Amino acid sequence: MAEIRNYTMNFGPQHPAAHGVLRLVLELDGEVITRADPHIGLLHRATEKLAENKTYVQSLPYMDRLDYISMMCNEHAYCLAVERLLEIEIPLRAQYIRVMFDEITRILNHLLFLATHALDIGAMTVFLYTFREREDLLDCYEAVSGARMHAAYYRPGGVYRDLPEEMPKHLPSPYRSAKEIARLNERREGSLLDFIERFTETFPRRVEEYETLLTDNRIWKQRTVGIGVVSPEEALARGFTGPMLRGSGVEWDLRKKQPYEVYDRVDFDVPVGVNGDCYDRYLVRMEEFRQSNRIIRQCIDWLRANPGPVIVEDHKVAPPSRVAMKSNMEELIHHFKLFTEGIHVPPGEVYAAIEHPKGEFGIYIVSDGANKPYRLKIRSSAFTHLSAMDFLATGHMLADVVAIIGTVDIVFGEVDR
Amino acid sequence: MSEIVHTFEGYSAAWFGPEWGPALFLTVKTLLLIVAIAIPIILCVAYLTLAERKVIGYMQVRIGPNRVGWNGLLQPFADVLKLLVKEVVVPTGANRFLFVLAPMLSLMPALAAWAVIPFAPELVLADINAGLLYLLAITSMGVYGVIIAGWAANSKYAFLGAMRSAAQIVSYEIAMGFALICVLMVSQSLNISDIVNGQGRGHFAEKGLNFLSWNWLPLFPMFLVYFIAAVAETNRAPFDVAEGESEIVAGFHVEYSGMTFALFFLAEYANMILVSTLAALMFLGGWLSPVDSTFANAVPPILWLALKVAALLFCFLWFRATFPRYRYDQIMRLGWKIFIPLTLIWVAVIGIWMQTPYNIWSGS
Repeated sequence: MAEIRNYTMNFGPQHPAAHGVLRLVLELDGEVITRADPHIGLLHRATEKLAENKTYVQSLPYMDRLDYISMMCNEHAYCLAVERLLEIEIPLRAQYIRVMFDEITRILNHLLFLATHALDIGAMTVFLYTFREREDLLDCYEAVSGARMHAAYYRPGGVYRDLPEEMPKHLPSPYRSAKEIARLNERREGSLLDFIERFTETFPRRVEEYETLLTDNRIWKQRTVGIGVVSPEEALARGFTGPMLRGSGVEWDLRKKQPYEVYDRVDFDVPVGVNGDCYDRYLVRMEEFRQSNRIIRQCIDWLRANPGPVIVEDHKVAPPSRVAMKSNMEELIHHFKLFTEGIHVPPGEVYAAIEHPKGEFGIYIVSDGANKPYRLKIRSSAFTHLSAMDFLATGHMLADVVAIIGTVDIVFGEVDR
Repeated sequence: MSEIVHTFEGYSAAWFGPEWGPALFLTVKTLLLIVAIAIPIILCVAYLTLAERKVIGYMQVRIGPNRVGWNGLLQPFADVLKLLVKEVVVPTGANRFLFVLAPMLSLMPALAAWAVIPFAPELVLADINAGLLYLLAITSMGVYGVIIAGWAANSKYAFLGAMRSAAQIVSYEIAMGFALICVLMVSQSLNISDIVNGQGRGHFAEKGLNFLSWNWLPLFPMFLVYFIAAVAETNRAPFDVAEGESEIVAGFHVEYSGMTFALFFLAEYANMILVSTLAALMFLGGWLSPVDSTFANAVPPILWLALKVAALLFCFLWFRATFPRYRYDQIMRLGWKIFIPLTLIWVAVIGIWMQTPYNIWSGS
């Protein structure tokens, strides 16, 4: 009699639901998963090692490229770590700007989570709807930093520059009629803050739209309820953070528990799930859309009322203004030293963590007093979550694996680093 | 028209003798008629793909193809051209013969089924009495193409897709068959033209409200079951687990390229049109006009049929843009635990109804 063997399947790295370069070796008993073995390392770029050979500011753009869906949050953790080593306090306005852009980033990330999660489960339309909103938010990125994705906007000591007074507009183009351009530019009248405010006014309605398509949809519920259930104890034991942990009903949010920047001054709620399945994690993220929107609105009000500096005045950390640099010998020296040697950070070690959209994102730096870190370690939530893949997927069917990959919301830049 | 045909029949008999002449004439005439049906269907398929991209495009706040031809109207031909010149890659481990045979097996039944479809009164290639039976038989053949494709490609993804698809098509065939049995019970005929004509009679039809006399109203649950089963039969979203883009990449046709892939594509869309036409004929009164008015009666019957088919096809596209995909076991549950019991009960209900004095179909 022929021997009966389980089917071993290579899921990815070239797979539409592999979220980049995930390679899962699946052992299938019919369609039921008996073992899911994630293989990683296909996007490994040695970010941690590279940082040891670069000045503190030169390493910053590498942080954008870790989790390339929530760029500014990565920068934030890095800047916080450097600032804590330097023991500097950044201006309040910079803190508010950072909080506002952290929440914009959270919406950006969750929009992409929703898009890919829904697309994996087969709801194609949500994908294109969320990209409509992402477009506006990426425009905000572009307005402050000039780059739509890899912004490098946060700097140790504050943010690179103040929010622009004017939102960039569409220029006349042979591909669009003048009427079309006027319609597109209508929302761009005024400053960046006006643009963001207009976005926050319409965004809750958009969230309603997604919810209409998915939340009460029977098929969506059949595909997500009871899939990838994690008990609160299990979630804590496996080191889950962020929505993965909150979906299991553990109320843990660094923004509340260890407030950084001005999170203790803004008003928001932390949603938690009950059952710890894919559906609850989806609901948690949908609620986080609304809470982030709330935080952004509070930041807009504060930023409107309180102008001020956005980066520290200490020119050993932040570059002097161009005018001062051109007219003042001391500032010129500062400028030269800063851009050749970089920031000298006192010896010591520090761990700075933020509530990244995907979970706890931490940067651990050991400094020996030089202008480069002695060692930099990145704690990424996606790595921890991916390592639970076998636990989450075993016993489910092949189609559920894509739902689970969607719900853990991984990005390979961050897993492989 | 018939005189010209008659003249040719005469020529044929004169040239090839009384024995071979009429036989040859019949063969050539039938072949020409087949071409006259197949080419418009393939054109419809081509434009259905464009309609799908446009309709779903607008549902998803984008505009769809608009570069080739006026507003993208020549897009299907550009696609065909692209697929024609692409290489047909046969994987190393594949069974060459079966690999090439599968797409043909898939498309053939999708086109052959049109033989018994009446497009208007008397406008049908083969007006046979067992038309519905022929249709059920020939559409069941389509699953062979899928199974063979999945098997011959020697790929794990394709194999999984083929297994899923085979199980799914076989299960939904049953529900679909029972739903159609209800129709033939009330029509007391297997001839499709008779089924359509039967819907033109009844209490409401006499009052001029023809559309209330059609089968969809008294057989409403069966209409729904038939239409949902039809979506599942054609492997369309939300039942597209056989292709399952995000799970098994493209399922049974993952290894196909070029024209072999195009044949599967053609078969899928030809099947969509076929099941929609069947739904229109069985439940929506085929070519009959919905109301008895001078204006509605002036519209050519074939246009009414086309309108009904187009409306049903739009639903196919609408579903695709709206719903997430079912999981494989959930599809099976829906088919076996809900649809098949429901249709079985409804067959009994109709049977008993027809024996009572309240039988509304006695006139037919």
